[in-house]
Amino acid sequence: MAKPASNTKKRANELFNWFDKRLPISDFWEAHLAGYYAPKNFNFWYFFGGLAMLVLVIQLVTGIFLTMHYKPSADEAFASVEYIMRDVDWGWLIRYLHTTGASAFFVVVYLHMFRGVMYGSYRKPRELIWIFGMIIYVLLMAEAFMGYVLPWGQMSYWGAQVIISLFGAVPKFGGLITEWIRGDYFISDATLNRFFALHVAAVPIMLLLLVVLHLSALHQVGSNNPDGIEIKEHKDADGIPLDGIPFHPYYTVKDIFGVGVFLFIFAFIIFFSPELGGLFLEHDNFVPADAMVTPIHIKPVWYFTPFYAILRAIPDKLAGVITMFSAIIMLFLLPWLDRSPVKSMRYKGWINKFLIILFAVTFVRLGMLGMGDGTIAQTYEARVWTFIYFAFFALLWFFSKHEKTKPVPERVTK
Amino acid sequence: MSSDDTNDKQGPDLGRRRMLIGATSALSAVGVGFVAVPFIKSWMPSARAKAVGAPVEVDLRTIKLDQIVKVMWRGQTIGIMNRSPKTLERVAGHNDQLSDPDSAIVEQQPDFAVNEFRSLKPEWLIVNMHCTHLGCIPQVLPEPGAYAWESDWPGGFFCPCHKSKFDLSGRVFKGVPAPTNLIIPPYSFLDSNTLIIGVSGAA
Repeated sequence: MAKPASNTKKRANELFNWFDKRLPISDFWEAHLAGYYAPKNFNFWYFFGGLAMLVLVIQLVTGIFLTMHYKPSADEAFASVEYIMRDVDWGWLIRYLHTTGASAFFVVVYLHMFRGVMYGSYRKPRELIWIFGMIIYVLLMAEAFMGYVLPWGQMSYWGAQVIISLFGAVPKFGGLITEWIRGDYFISDATLNRFFALHVAAVPIMLLLLVVLHLSALHQVGSNNPDGIEIKEHKDADGIPLDGIPFHPYYTVKDIFGVGVFLFIFAFIIFFSPELGGLFLEHDNFVPADAMVTPIHIKPVWYFTPFYAILRAIPDKLAGVITMFSAIIMLFLLPWLDRSPVKSMRYKGWINKFLIILFAVTFVRLGMLGMGDGTIAQTYEARVWTFIYFAFFALLWFFSKHEKTKPVPERVTK
Repeated sequence: MSSDDTNDKQGPDLGRRRMLIGATSALSAVGVGFVAVPFIKSWMPSARAKAVGAPVEVDLRTIKLDQIVKVMWRGQTIGIMNRSPKTLERVAGHNDQLSDPDSAIVEQQPDFAVNEFRSLKPEWLIVNMHCTHLGCIPQVLPEPGAYAWESDWPGGFFCPCHKSKFDLSGRVFKGVPAPTNLIIPPYSFLDSNTLIIGVSGAA
């Protein structure tokens, strides 16, 4: 009985070799999985990069299936989404996977970015990884914004109205630019149709390319870790980092566990609260778009609200728009603003530890204010937090250089 | 063959190679620029969109005193308000609180509307209702008095989105997010009862 089995195995091997000679399968496996050594001290915060990839796949697959029933025209869009929800077999599930996936994407990406801030993962030699990641983040915001317009509900329409008129703040050419983006004198069928094209084709292609660049740059220099030290500085006789373990199987197993927990929460939201009380899907978006009626409170989905709060805090249109975009640009500059001799917050002084926590609190608080109605008290509070948001970058630049740090260990700690 | 031989002896002519690479790149960039034009221009309003944006006629006989009627023109909500003498009085007396009381910013209105009533005929206010901050439609609250956001509201337009305030001529108050007065669209009167929006004309 043993003979035929080994024959089958031999045949399978030959078949694999046939492919491997023509396609670098085992080279790729070795370079990026079995032979890619990652620091052995990854913790909880290292789940979110992999989860972001998982959510990207969920969004691509569910998105493709949604396009099979959705109609990108102003007359039919709203009804076609309701058609998906009510008449298409399992259409409700596919759509809720997509809408919940959008919010889940930002949850994991924000946590992933905060990991980078805590452990200095953007520092030399990983500046490019951070830049590619930031471009992914900006593309993701464009993708989410255009996706939110597609159901052509009230919030789709008026959200688009607000966001597109931001470009109208450009001196002299504002009117021309907004007309060019809309393809009409107002938000119309032309706008919806082009947003559909960008949302389902152009931006996803760019996102995939950027993910390849993000990971190529990561695997070129190797992963950072919670201690913020380079494991490549201590290698054994075979040139393998002493503090490294192969990504596969060690971290694939760890990530699969993370995926399990993530999917548990993800499914819970989809099945029990897909709107999450108006946080993931706003109530006004269940009303068809109406150019004659503006909803009382226009507010973006939660993941944009920190920046929206900054926009609203400034009592001048152009200055508000510039401040809001600067808030994003500042994040791009982090690799050069942080001048600390150590990477990880574990070994930074108390001022920098405090600054990082303050920044997280600021971001969350701005997000909460951006969801509010914009009362006078909220506007004044938003101004204070906006100031703190920008002060973080200035203080980081100053204190990172001049602060006393703790000694960094030679090898990673447990 | 003979040129290959010279190359072998002297090595490639690097200056010539650089010149050719430079010329090819520059010409390609020009070509890409030209090819990009149709794609960029395809995003401008189409001929159909332009046709739909044609002028709109409104019968004024149905509009009561101090009533505001909204019509659509180029997808914009245009308010037509029949201002009573009492309302016209409320337009005056608060110039110091306004950002642009004399309608000095040229793009916000046709020349004929550069006056305190911002209109051809004082009683008829024809105004683009979209807030100049981010395009919401302000509420029309012509009655002065105490409101939730202001104890001493002079009467005017109040934008619920970001709390911008305009007076009854659509002039913006200071210290609100909206940067400029509400836009006055081009319009004219065909006769005393018919308004046409989209064609600019003098009284």
